[in-house]
Amino acid sequence: MSTATDMLVSRKYAKRSGLAEIWYRLKTNKGAIAGFTIIVIILLITLYSILFIDFEEVTAMNAANRLQPPSLEHPFGTDDMGRDLFLRTLYGSRYSLLIGVGGVSISLIIGLILGSVAGYFGGLVDDLIMRFSDILASVPVFLMGMVIVTVLGQSLQNLIIAVGVTAIPEFTRITRSSVLVVRNQEFVEAANAIGMSNLAIIFTQVVPNGLSPIIVTVTSRIGAAIIEAAALSFLGFGIPVPHPEWGLLVSEGRNYIRTAPNLTYFPGLFIMITVFAFNILGDGLRDALDPKLKK
Amino acid sequence: MGSEINDRTVQDNKELVLEVEDLIVHYVLQEETVEAVNGVSFSLERGKTIGLVGETGAGKTTTALAIMNLVPDPPGVIKNGTITVCGHKMLDLSANQLEKIRGKDVSMIFQDPMTSLNPVLTVGDQIAESVMLHENLSYSKAFKRAQEMLEMVGIPGTRATEYPHQFSGGMKQRVGIAIALACNPKLLLADEPTTALDVTIQAQVLDMIDDLKRELGTALVMITHDLGIVAKTCDLVAVMYAGRIVEYGTLEDVFDRTMHPYTEGLFNSLPDISNRKSQLQPIPGLMPDPTNLPRGCAFAPRCRYATAACREEQPSRREVSETHTVYCSAYDDPNFQIERTRGRGGNG
Amino acid sequence: MAKALFQVRNLKKYFKTSRGVVHAVDDISFDIEEGKTLGIVGESGCGKSTTGRCLIRLIEPTSGQVFYRDQDICQLSRAEMKKLRKEMQIIFQDPYASLNPRKSVLQIIAEPLLYNKIMPGADKFAIEKRVLELMDKVGLAERLINTYPHELDGGRRQRIGIARALAMEPKFIVCDEPVSALDVSIQAQILNLLKELQRELSLTYVFITHDLSVVNHFSDDIIVMYLGQIVEKAPADELFENPLHPYTQALLSAILVPAVGANRDRIKLRGELTSPIDPPPVCRFAKRCNYYNQDCAAGVPPLLEITPGHFVACHRIKPGSNTLVEAN
Repeated sequence: MSTATDMLVSRKYAKRSGLAEIWYRLKTNKGAIAGFTIIVIILLITLYSILFIDFEEVTAMNAANRLQPPSLEHPFGTDDMGRDLFLRTLYGSRYSLLIGVGGVSISLIIGLILGSVAGYFGGLVDDLIMRFSDILASVPVFLMGMVIVTVLGQSLQNLIIAVGVTAIPEFTRITRSSVLVVRNQEFVEAANAIGMSNLAIIFTQVVPNGLSPIIVTVTSRIGAAIIEAAALSFLGFGIPVPHPEWGLLVSEGRNYIRTAPNLTYFPGLFIMITVFAFNILGDGLRDALDPKLKK
Repeated sequence: MGSEINDRTVQDNKELVLEVEDLIVHYVLQEETVEAVNGVSFSLERGKTIGLVGETGAGKTTTALAIMNLVPDPPGVIKNGTITVCGHKMLDLSANQLEKIRGKDVSMIFQDPMTSLNPVLTVGDQIAESVMLHENLSYSKAFKRAQEMLEMVGIPGTRATEYPHQFSGGMKQRVGIAIALACNPKLLLADEPTTALDVTIQAQVLDMIDDLKRELGTALVMITHDLGIVAKTCDLVAVMYAGRIVEYGTLEDVFDRTMHPYTEGLFNSLPDISNRKSQLQPIPGLMPDPTNLPRGCAFAPRCRYATAACREEQPSRREVSETHTVYCSAYDDPNFQIERTRGRGGNG
Repeated sequence: MAKALFQVRNLKKYFKTSRGVVHAVDDISFDIEEGKTLGIVGESGCGKSTTGRCLIRLIEPTSGQVFYRDQDICQLSRAEMKKLRKEMQIIFQDPYASLNPRKSVLQIIAEPLLYNKIMPGADKFAIEKRVLELMDKVGLAERLINTYPHELDGGRRQRIGIARALAMEPKFIVCDEPVSALDVSIQAQILNLLKELQRELSLTYVFITHDLSVVNHFSDDIIVMYLGQIVEKAPADELFENPLHPYTQALLSAILVPAVGANRDRIKLRGELTSPIDPPPVCRFAKRCNYYNQDCAAGVPPLLEITPGHFVACHRIKPGSNTLVEAN
């Protein structure tokens, strides 16, 4: 036996791995598939824009082409500086995705650490972390975002930070509550009995089991972050002009909302579809991630 | 099909409180069907107690829910059968009619007293609620009855104004029993009523159920996995396995003249308190998957007496005596005996 | 007499709650001999599980000593304790909650091996081979290696829990109600497995349960606990043949024997267990005791050796008397 083990026995009985199983169940969820498809399309658009659309192309002004209605040449029309809105919108997708993913990563990482420490150790540590998070949560989101951008200066990076910081309390709270549920389970005690350190227990036993609500929050938070960033840009606290961020596009178009509504409609539509896609994907994931639903 | 049992008891002109005939209940899920109860028949006279014995997945609780017509639908589907409680065909009644019967003619004690009480109502109100509904009493009269009921289960009537969380586990179960008995039902279903309780409290609660049953003449269906509880409380025993009754008879029939190999296996799995060195003889293997029951006798894969015939077809019904029935094909051989019967001198 | 593997002295564990201090384990002392099984019996809230967890320091005792091979494990540092952990393991009551639902059988059983570097330098083939050995030892089929706990029934899950404990090659295992969540026929399978393993690996067990018929079958010595204290301690045969403490007598008589007519005359206890919050310094069983008289208010009764090897904590039993004082 010891010489003949050129194959792991476990491979002989291989089944779908955890990830494959989740993917399999996700596939049977219509909403999740729709969301997933839309997100893939947006990713492809972003890829296309990165490869084939120059920054010059979407920022160069052309007064002769001002405020054209949608046409074959300019599917979304042109803006008040004669720039093609279609190209600008496509180009803008990268900002939204970057802000959504980047912002949520920041809040996720910090929230995950704070929440699991608070939930696992309890007591004073818990109190301190949760009061800090309460204070953070008590500041209105946009006020917080504006303050951060004002202090740090207007840039893409700072917008991501602003969007990320505002969501930290949400992630802290969700992580903490799922850790609390898991912490008192016997298998955590069992891990203790085999001599695992607290840190190892948190990251191999507790967090994986508390992960599904967190992953669901991640997807829906990405949508929310995109909206927040768009709103901050709309208010003039986002990425500086002339970067064609979607919120900024809506903001620029609002002066012409009566004469050229296409300037606000199309970027607005893109924001809406993207956020919607992330939300329904989040709902689908919630069902797919529950190992006990599997039959 | 066990309808013969009923025919006979009807002829005896006893007052039948419960008749279950050829009950089949399945849970139809998206990908599979759980065959929970597959043709169960039994009946119960006034004042008698029947024990439904079996392990997890034997279909005991589903049978009880069906008697109340409370099988969750979906996914539960009652495929076949009639259930008669005090003359009412439970499965044909409308929701309104059922409401009048549940709590009045038949009521149920649940396994977990912690979750079966409403945490935001006082225990007195919870008992009174049922009384007001069924007996058209005013609140004050109903509340008075609630206090009497509490006294009857050994709780001071003054505690009727307290909430469930102010009671201990055993007390909560007593409250559950008080609610179940408030309208003096003719039939009481008790689903593992003492499993969640401590041993000494279990003894108190069982004694109390016994006394009340005798006093009020209530018929009782005792659902349990514990043969000790059966020995203490039951007149009749139905041993269930994979949704069927495999052995049915009086307490003495099943305990002292055991016929079915599964019943024997259950007894052999229990530690013998009088001989601590005795070896446990567990039943090998596992309960069959209720979504994929074997074609023949469901117990055959675990049965040490099983023959090829057992695996092929459903066991035949065999009446051993007027009161004792067994479903086992091994008895087709007239010389067949299980070991327990072979080796016994008297009580073990 | 062989030197005891464990010597527990004046073990206490108090929990502070908003309603007062819960005396979960209150000043108990006992020994566990190597290769034997000590049964700890009692009803919910008697402190039996807390005691078991204190023994292997899954819970830090409030005070007292737990000597394991003459070494007080309560004084050990984390690192020293980690080394000792390999020798002492625990099997849990609930086979549903005690296994991580996100890990496969292979991962669960391999975890202690990997984490404690029990097989230094072993590759995944060697680890897997060891896991298969352990699975075989506890009666789990090879094909289950990649299944997840929720796909298995209670008995098999409990087998996984046992294999995980055995992976550490322990000398001592706390069995905390290992069969009370299982069906009767499966219960017997697991009890037989535990017995076999004990013989084969010369394990020492502490067997915690509320089920007296199981503890009787399984243990060499038995401790009966009530509200955090030991009320009686004796060899199993002696305890069952000659129970002295009124509580033990009531417990024994509450066993429902599965035989016709066997459950007639039983001792009935009044009242219910309470939680031991700030208990007064009297016999904790006094309120429910059928033998209660004025003597019983004279402090907490000490655990005295009534006959050789048979200890009882009751004001109404005097050493050498061997019977309970008549009820009044």
